[in-house]
Amino acid sequence: MISTLFYRILLAIPTMLGVAVICFLLVQIAPGDPLVSVMPPDASEAMRQTLMQAYGFDKPLPVQFMHWLWRALHGDLGMSVATGRPVISEVMSAVSYSLRLALLATVMGFVLGSLFGFVAGYFRNSVIDRLASLLSVFGVSVPHYWLGMLLVIVFSVKFALLPATGGGPIGETGWQWDWAHLQFMLLPAITLSVIPTGIIARTVRSQVADILSQEFIVGLRARGLNESRIFIHVVKNAAPTALAVMGLQVGYLMGGSILVETVFSWPGTGLLLNTAIFQRDLPLLQGTIWVLALFFVLLNLLVDVLQTSLDPRIKRS
Amino acid sequence: MLNQPFWRKHRVAAAIGTLALAGTLQVQASTLRIAMTAADIPLTLGQPDQGYEGNRFTGIPLYDALVEWDLSQGEKPSGLVPGLATEWHVDPQNQSRWIFTLRPGVKFHDGTPVNADAIVWNVGKVLDKASPQYAPGQIGNTLSRMPTLTGAEKIDDHTVVLTTSEPDALLPYNITNLFIVSPTAWQKIFDAVPTSAGDTAARSKQAWTTFASQAVGSGPFKLEKLTPRQQLILAKNPDYWNKERIPRVDKVVLIPLPEANARTAALLSKQVDWIEAPAPDAVDQIKAQGFKIYANTQPHLWPWQFSFLEGSPWRDIRVRKAANLCLNRSELKSYLGGYMAEATGVYEEGNPWRGKPTFQIKYDPDSARKLMSEAGYSESKPLHVTVATSASGSGQMQPLPMNEYIQQSLKSCFFNVDIKVNEWNTLFTGWRLGAKDPSAQGVNAINVSAAVTDPYFGIIRFATEKAFPPTATNWGYFTTPETEKLASAVKHAFTPAEMDKAAGELHAALVDQAPFLFVAHDVGPRAISPAVTGVVQPQSWFIDLSLVSKKE
Repeated sequence: MISTLFYRILLAIPTMLGVAVICFLLVQIAPGDPLVSVMPPDASEAMRQTLMQAYGFDKPLPVQFMHWLWRALHGDLGMSVATGRPVISEVMSAVSYSLRLALLATVMGFVLGSLFGFVAGYFRNSVIDRLASLLSVFGVSVPHYWLGMLLVIVFSVKFALLPATGGGPIGETGWQWDWAHLQFMLLPAITLSVIPTGIIARTVRSQVADILSQEFIVGLRARGLNESRIFIHVVKNAAPTALAVMGLQVGYLMGGSILVETVFSWPGTGLLLNTAIFQRDLPLLQGTIWVLALFFVLLNLLVDVLQTSLDPRIKRS
Repeated sequence: MLNQPFWRKHRVAAAIGTLALAGTLQVQASTLRIAMTAADIPLTLGQPDQGYEGNRFTGIPLYDALVEWDLSQGEKPSGLVPGLATEWHVDPQNQSRWIFTLRPGVKFHDGTPVNADAIVWNVGKVLDKASPQYAPGQIGNTLSRMPTLTGAEKIDDHTVVLTTSEPDALLPYNITNLFIVSPTAWQKIFDAVPTSAGDTAARSKQAWTTFASQAVGSGPFKLEKLTPRQQLILAKNPDYWNKERIPRVDKVVLIPLPEANARTAALLSKQVDWIEAPAPDAVDQIKAQGFKIYANTQPHLWPWQFSFLEGSPWRDIRVRKAANLCLNRSELKSYLGGYMAEATGVYEEGNPWRGKPTFQIKYDPDSARKLMSEAGYSESKPLHVTVATSASGSGQMQPLPMNEYIQQSLKSCFFNVDIKVNEWNTLFTGWRLGAKDPSAQGVNAINVSAAVTDPYFGIIRFATEKAFPPTATNWGYFTTPETEKLASAVKHAFTPAEMDKAAGELHAALVDQAPFLFVAHDVGPRAISPAVTGVVQPQSWFIDLSLVSKKE
């Protein structure tokens, strides 16, 4: 177990370095001017050159990269070109918002997806199966942002039950676990949970169907176990796969919710990336992508460890 | 904030007696909530980013400038009014020196006086590389708007001189963009930055970052709380020196909401009272729910800027005039729901800089076809032109539908238009590099909208050799001996009357040469709750929040 963990951590190091190189280069080769946020479009070329020097963008790319990597390894991701604020504080504040949202959405997705999946798998080819499958296909297919806008129209504009946008009440800084704050999180979380619900439901359904057709289930039934005990065996066998999918979904939701966070102006990493992209704020963009990649790697590591502890077959292998 | 659910209203009703009693004891604070189009709170440290939206929402409310825009009326174009300076004139002995007399008794929010030292210090923040307050992050958005400013010197506590690299009558317009911050407040923050933070430049950078969240200016509002990327709360400054501009509301909350549909939903759900640029297809719904739409012509131009390089078909004035006569702007306006003003020049009738152009821009397709025929084109031999534009971008309004409309419109006058769509930043990088740059190969017109707040930004930078790329944005290399002479006259027009005359003559000469396809001016629509009163939408990029009231 410890050696597996050690091996995984070792594997994460070159992954992070590779991600650092790729995200640095991708950001650099994207079109546009990195000074767009601090310089109006009608600024002269001489002004542009002055600012390029001031921000160090005139240095060769390898030098810029090494400089950035060295500081990043010391926890300093530089300063945002647009705001002058430290990138690390911007990113960590956004990560806390996205993490909260992603966790709630994943919990919703996991509970609903598992429910639909187990029900559909247990009652294959029944009306319940078809209904659950329809819902999961809807979840996988529906565009996030469209559903988000629809929810806003219904719950905010039409019935004024929940706020349409923002990360908390006016005049308050930071997050608290009270209704005043939670109500801002509900619509984006519901919107985000739709895809994990669909994916987990489909995965669990096929897992359950597969497990139910295996010989050990026939054996358990032959030994006279009742259905609730058999259900527990099915759950135990399906759990590692569902967990792996859930782990991946948290990772995707952390960085892949640009549209939803923009629709709801949720101050997470998606909105931060959106802002950084449109402002060509290279340090902010690089820092955000790198931190998100780091989270992705760590989540996968965590899921691996959990899977290993849940599934003795993985432990043995 | 939100409409309460029905069942909760009963609880609220039960508490009315208590509230009524409390109401007699204290006056309820009024808070105006505004959703901006910016993706982040514009910088609050004195020189805002986010274009003119930054000046509108963090520059003008928090700070004063020596000279300011008159935002008290919307009937005629905004002009200059005294700000921190009560009077200004060019030094008769040296026309590269402007002398400003400061308003006595003005204090920053921290109680320190606004005097000549403070003005010199603030010029130093963008010009004096040796000064500790020098802020490279602020120079881009500042010096680009005051290209000839070279320094400042104190004459006495109430008199300051600004120097320019050449005689420049436009400096008073330019320095509306130089917002004056409290040097004392900044120095306190700078002194508190530990020396271990690095050299003076590093400590200065850190001090400016901190100053942004504790900003001290002398404007009608004070900074109460800044939550990056989420909200900025401004509080009324009851001691503001201009009694007519003491805010009517107690607080203003500014929220960045870059997505038009999100802004519209926030307004319709009464989460905010005011949104900038509502989603165009939601305007009818917004109006139907009782919200008001405010719009007025802005100093903005949405043009095609023609290339005058060898081989460009736009070098023929008959072709340029034909394009201008072939466009049905009125129909285009109706396609945009009425939210544009028809452009027949950079400045329109009623603007003191309009002048008297002899070329009358209107919809006259017969005359356009006649001109094209004279130039050698016909239905069977159309003229191929290519315009570069973007799919979106600041000030670009709705570039694709608008360009497609123009493409259709010009087709009837023997133009065959290709539209080359670029990413917005790529387009304006190309704009700065000019028509000779390899990136402009095959393109002979460019569609980049522009702020035309004064005759330099509206005319001179498009019509003189000094503004050829990469120095400024005369993308198409247009110039004539007449525009050069008249531009020089504008730079030497040191009184308002002289300025109006010189700028009018230059503008008339520009329109007569038609170096642009003049298409539209933006009208800056905003949707506002009926509870908000006193809104004056000036003919300007800016608005005065201190004039606005709100019924809670």
